[in-house]
Amino acid sequence: MALDWLIGTNLPQFWKNYLAHFEKEEKQEVHKRYVVFDMETTGLNWREDVILSIGAIGINDNAIEIRDFFEIFIRQEKFNPQSIAFSGVFKDEEEKYVEAEAMIQFLNFIQDATLVSHNINLDIEMINLALKRLELGRLKNAFMDTNALYQRWQHHVEDTQVSLDEVCDALKINKSDRLTASGNAYITALVFLKLKAKLGF
Amino acid sequence: MKNPVAENVANFLKHFPPFSSLTFSELLSIANQSKIIYLEKNQTLFKGGEDTHKDFYVVKSGAVGLSLTSDAEETLVDKCDEGDILGLRPFFAKNHYLMTAKAREESIICAIPIAAFEPLVTGNSEVLKFLLQSFASHTRNPYDKEHSGKLISENMIFAEHTTDIQYFQPIAYTKNPITANLDDVVMYIAKTMSNSAIGSVIIQKDKLPIGIITDRDLRSKIATGLFPIDVTADKIMTTPVITVPENISVAEAQMLMLKHNVGHLCVTKDGTEKSFITGIISEHDVVAAQSNTPGVLLKQTRRASEGKELKVVRDKLSELIQNSIDKNIPIYHITNIVSEINVAITRRAIELAVQEMGTPPPARFVWINIGSQGRKEQLLLTDQDNALIFEDVDSNEYEMVKSYFLVLADKVVHTLKYVGYEMSPDDVMANNPRWCKSVTDWIKQYNTWINTPAERGVELSTLFFDLDFVYGIPEIEQVITETIIKNMNHNKKFFAYLAADTLKNPAPLGFFRQFLVENDGEHKDSFDIKSRALEPLGDAARVLALSHNLVDFTGTYQRYKKLAELEPENEELFNNCADAFNVLMRFRTEEGLISNSDGKYLNLKDLSKSDKLKLKHCFQPINEIHDLIKNRFSLTYIN
Repeated sequence: MALDWLIGTNLPQFWKNYLAHFEKEEKQEVHKRYVVFDMETTGLNWREDVILSIGAIGINDNAIEIRDFFEIFIRQEKFNPQSIAFSGVFKDEEEKYVEAEAMIQFLNFIQDATLVSHNINLDIEMINLALKRLELGRLKNAFMDTNALYQRWQHHVEDTQVSLDEVCDALKINKSDRLTASGNAYITALVFLKLKAKLGF
Repeated sequence: MKNPVAENVANFLKHFPPFSSLTFSELLSIANQSKIIYLEKNQTLFKGGEDTHKDFYVVKSGAVGLSLTSDAEETLVDKCDEGDILGLRPFFAKNHYLMTAKAREESIICAIPIAAFEPLVTGNSEVLKFLLQSFASHTRNPYDKEHSGKLISENMIFAEHTTDIQYFQPIAYTKNPITANLDDVVMYIAKTMSNSAIGSVIIQKDKLPIGIITDRDLRSKIATGLFPIDVTADKIMTTPVITVPENISVAEAQMLMLKHNVGHLCVTKDGTEKSFITGIISEHDVVAAQSNTPGVLLKQTRRASEGKELKVVRDKLSELIQNSIDKNIPIYHITNIVSEINVAITRRAIELAVQEMGTPPPARFVWINIGSQGRKEQLLLTDQDNALIFEDVDSNEYEMVKSYFLVLADKVVHTLKYVGYEMSPDDVMANNPRWCKSVTDWIKQYNTWINTPAERGVELSTLFFDLDFVYGIPEIEQVITETIIKNMNHNKKFFAYLAADTLKNPAPLGFFRQFLVENDGEHKDSFDIKSRALEPLGDAARVLALSHNLVDFTGTYQRYKKLAELEPENEELFNNCADAFNVLMRFRTEEGLISNSDGKYLNLKDLSKSDKLKLKHCFQPINEIHDLIKNRFSLTYIN
């Protein structure tokens, strides 16, 4: 992975492009794009575990745009059979990319959208760590956590961790798509749309 | 990149027509261009009158209600569940929606761009057929689960809530139409059209249709100066002309006109342009063919010159009711139509009676229908209940005026009896001196009822609080309505009596949830649907509606719908009551038509198990509404 830009202070073009999205003057709030995503990882320890796959889908004007879709599988440096049982991602089922390429594509996809995920902090940290491995800065996007939104809707005072499964049950969302990162992203997007309507923002 | 979300949507769609006749890759391409939206309960997807959207919709989960709004009143026409399609209107007409689609519960909807679907419609005959079918069958019983998921919200296309068999019958059209030759001069063609008052001329060659010249061509090509007026027909005619076979139905004709955006169809021997011209169908023919039976009946009523003709109308009306019931037309539509005609018959009977009197009425007056006629819930030939109010006159003229109106009312009542409406058993009719009096007397009467409701008085007076002004001048109506509202306002005693009276209705079910049937008499072992189910709902609606000063709403269904609007916290209960009422009305009407009676008694032995369950299901709201009334009105006032 000896890439030129890793050595010098010159930032790679894709990163410049990514940053450029945030320099535009305030965009119209109406057409705000959200990207709901989910990741499969080797575990829940954000310092040591790595990302296996990312699924993401865009929301515009309160509608999930099916074609605004992103999915990538990441090649693992160390193959760990345990993590397969954990995530259900098989080794050679899909075309896989190295982490660096996956990050480039992911940034290209999200642009300046507001990121949404369930328990998003862990995901954001893992992405930031992956970006750090490429000697880049942290994500610039605003983000929202469906768990936090759910708490707000339920008027919980204390921070409680509620799993995506439980939120789906509470909101009566069919969980049958919950198998892959992209399926989870889609379900989280439904959760987000419901909570968005209920909280009225 | 693979898109599992799109695959997921495609996998969902493929279970439902018309998507089931598409290939998976076609479905995938549609799915890829679609959107998923979420609707909160009661959120509107589109509104009647609104411009059509770029998308049409498939319900993925939840339920969306389609309703028509007329006179600020919403009528639910259809309910779309999983797999049902709605919002197809833009396929056929590019203006605006006819109905309002609103989520009945939290719903997830798939929005499919019409532009993405359109190429598949033209390329796939199955899909086209499906759309045509859904387009043609414009009424579907919302309770008919058999067709759920198959034929969609076809109602989107036609606002008419009437049904007519004519719609599927061959259309009547002009046979042997006027034609012209290719080398005829346009000016003469236009003169011919003008003289024969027609909007189009088919241009023929050897009796085969080559093209057509319509008003539109003359307007856009001659009047604009594009072509001189002495040009020959072939220069400005529209080609090809759309040809159809003989005996096409009204539905097909209308569909083809919309599809090709034309106002005229040429009828040929075998339906192709290679056979002889036999006729022409214009838009006007389509419209005329849809002048449905209720409209014709109304016209006949207005033109009737004697009681006999009114009787013919009423007999036809019974047929219409039977037909509509057979076709599972929603009961409120039937009730609306029937009450319109009932009112028209009464009006005409009054007009005829005035003519017969020879002298004009000595004072202005109004005729009111009360009880079930006043609530406009009279589907079967039941009793007539009515009254007459005349304006105040000098005391020395009073007797003369009153006797004039008594004679007039007697004529009307007898005409109505001849038509088929039985006399009121309690003699609550306008030819009774008690119920034919001046405005002042009526105000006194209402004051007595409202302020000192004696037990017997309340029993009678409830009839008089369901009143419909059928004939006469609005000013008198207003005075009476105001009197009622003024006196009722927060009159605890009055409402306590009404409420107590409501709760007196006999219960429909016994302790073991068995039907309570009549113990003896002619109707032994039958179920009294009128007293045990319909009246409790009607009485409860009355007391609740009056407590909100809703004097203008007299129909039980309308009252509950209005109450649901006014009390969001009880919306569900009121809507359930409204639905239950309609179901019960249907039971009663069906029974009445079968046994040629007023449908008061249901023979339980004739009911299927599912019908019995359906009936029992309607009783739950009755219990709940009784509880609500018990809690709301201080019943202690009675004692």
